[in-house]
Amino acid sequence: MRIRVQEDPFNYGEIADGFGAGQLETGAVVTFTGIVRDLDTSDMTAMEIEHYPGMTQKALEAMAQDAKTRWSLQDVLIIHRYGRLAPGERIMMVATAARHRNEAFEAASFLMDYLKSRAPFWKKEIRGSNDGTWVAAKTEDEDALQRW
Amino acid sequence: MQVLYFAWVRERIGLAKEQVETNATTAGELIAELSNKDPRYAAAFEDLSALRVALDQELAEMDSPLENVREIAIFPPMTGG
Repeated sequence: MRIRVQEDPFNYGEIADGFGAGQLETGAVVTFTGIVRDLDTSDMTAMEIEHYPGMTQKALEAMAQDAKTRWSLQDVLIIHRYGRLAPGERIMMVATAARHRNEAFEAASFLMDYLKSRAPFWKKEIRGSNDGTWVAAKTEDEDALQRW
Repeated sequence: MQVLYFAWVRERIGLAKEQVETNATTAGELIAELSNKDPRYAAAFEDLSALRVALDQELAEMDSPLENVREIAIFPPMTGG
């Protein structure tokens, strides 16, 4: 299990390549990565991600542990960045390794749903020279937790 | 008790953290107490449904007891992922 909360970019290709390597029981690896996007307009200059340093690592570890009790996983990885990111940069990634694909897909989906609404991060969109706008939590993201 | 604020709650109050002496027994009571102290807190805590709390770095409810809690954080719904 590897959980990292970091400001620096991460090398997605290298991490995805090494994840689950050498585990002979693993038949399926699912990786997901989230990218800073600008859907509404095209003038977003950056996304600032604030987090709760004392809590984030523990919250993510608890989620990964929870996923491991719900599905039979050989490995779990979560990387989540904070600080100032430009559009197109990778914000986070999740990887799960299991014997079969369904477990790997479901566990990754579970982790994504929990990261959205239960991990102490707050996103702010910066446009031009203004102070930025906090991204509002979506009710469908909260509702998504119901299925677990 | 150490009180931490994040995101727009932090911006509206104008503080990231502070030490507060309180007799409040729940998170909700502390929020009400702070709201009465200063209009900035009242503005930040206007809509309770838009607030979440963590006690000693674990997510909690507004009616969770503050007994033995050393750190409370008050913040908007989280937007990770």
